[in-house]
Amino acid sequence: MTGGTAAIAGFADIAPRRDTGDTTVMGMLSHLAHMTASDAGLTMRDVDGLVVHDTGSAMGAVVLVEMLGLRAGFVDRVSHGGATGAAMVGRAAMAIATGLCHTCLCLTASIQHRPFRGYAIVDSSPTAEFEEPYGGSGPNYGYAMIARRYMHEYGLTDEQRALVAVQQRDNACVNPDAIFFGQPITVGDVLASPMIVEPLHLLEIVMPTGGAAGVLVTTAERAAHLPHAPVPVLGIGEHVSHWSATYAPNLTTSSVKPSADRAFDMAGVGRRDVGLLSIYDCYTITVLISLEDAGFCPKGTAGRFVEEHDLRWNGDLPLNTHGGQLSYGQSGIAGGMSHVTEAVRQLQGRAGERNVAGLERAFVHGNGGVMGEQASLILGTR
Amino acid sequence: MVDRPLPRPSPLTEPFWNAARGHELHVQHCQDCGHYVFYPRYLCPDCGGDRLEWRRVSGRGTVFTYTVARRPTHPAFADRVPYVIAVVELEEGPKLTTNIVGIDPESVSIGLPVQATWEDTGDIVLVNFEPRAR
Repeated sequence: MTGGTAAIAGFADIAPRRDTGDTTVMGMLSHLAHMTASDAGLTMRDVDGLVVHDTGSAMGAVVLVEMLGLRAGFVDRVSHGGATGAAMVGRAAMAIATGLCHTCLCLTASIQHRPFRGYAIVDSSPTAEFEEPYGGSGPNYGYAMIARRYMHEYGLTDEQRALVAVQQRDNACVNPDAIFFGQPITVGDVLASPMIVEPLHLLEIVMPTGGAAGVLVTTAERAAHLPHAPVPVLGIGEHVSHWSATYAPNLTTSSVKPSADRAFDMAGVGRRDVGLLSIYDCYTITVLISLEDAGFCPKGTAGRFVEEHDLRWNGDLPLNTHGGQLSYGQSGIAGGMSHVTEAVRQLQGRAGERNVAGLERAFVHGNGGVMGEQASLILGTR
Repeated sequence: MVDRPLPRPSPLTEPFWNAARGHELHVQHCQDCGHYVFYPRYLCPDCGGDRLEWRRVSGRGTVFTYTVARRPTHPAFADRVPYVIAVVELEEGPKLTTNIVGIDPESVSIGLPVQATWEDTGDIVLVNFEPRAR
């Protein structure tokens, strides 16, 4: 990262008023986004980064991406009170300096009513209003609809999906910390498990657990003097495109692609240079689509790919050696981080029996929402 | 018994639900670029234009993808299983989340021609879709 590569090119204000009328925070942010871009002579087509404050909803940032129609290489939500505005610019500058995005909006808005109305005009969540009344609660149905559409377009079989769960379970059986340690399964077991949301069976869906995962990041110089072998961050990538699967730009080709492409480009390595894949696996279908969009096999061939490769810890392309969240357990937000800690454990040679021999580089991928929020890492040993 | 989650319309979305009460499907139409927009937005997500007007649309579309919920996706739907959650692509372009009704769930398929049908839940009328002749 180099200093001084980012510059502010435009700004906009909506002047203070005692009563903001019928608009909402998301309404003000929408207009402010266009006003700010317009001041710089740009449109939303030119914007690939967004930093917004805490809008009062956990998915506020990604819903704003969806509302504005952005395809963003960098999205962040900053919650530092009065320091938020300045901190936003700092984060945008870091994202631009690393190449994650080229043009980033930093937006803040607040509504005010006078006299006090006794209630606030709050933004209705598109999910609560247009999905939940139809049973569209939780992530299961979205991934099931992705799987159904993928099978329609590319001809994936139930057995091929099940194979993902089976191979990860085999990995969990060499990880005593895995929730399903000591419980191997077969393709038949997966397909005989209860149907939850067609075509996904119980054993294709993560089981909620409690737990935690964390890493410490420091300079390469300092890391060299600490007890464990340094694991340099060689490449990073992000991409955010949508919140609900219904409004995904493409249901079967995901935002994994631009995220992974950026990480590999930044690291200057190719797909054949990584010896471990640590890929978010909330469902079997997630792994298959991610393998394709991250560039490990051509579109539409992931089913065959998992048949032709041994994805276990001692196979030709080890995938999710801790068992993946499907068999290690999904401890909420720590589930995604477990893919990072497992890659570090492997690269530092601390994975015991399941340590991949001669490992030099790992691809780590996190997936949020319903394939709409992506982040990729290339980690190495040097 | 858990209540079914129901929409709480905002000033932005009220026109959609008001039209639904009259059994009409209305979506926003961008007067700048001509795209139909769903769900309701403040500005057109395609061109950024702010001249979004509400228009009645045909209510005809096809099933883009779907799932049959064999276990309830929400406690309020426990006595409805199996039910079909689907994405329907309207003839005018936009996609929306809905339920497919009036057909055995086993018979639903991608590409099935469907039309809007209305489910009265009291103050709110929801839009489901049912099979139509091709």
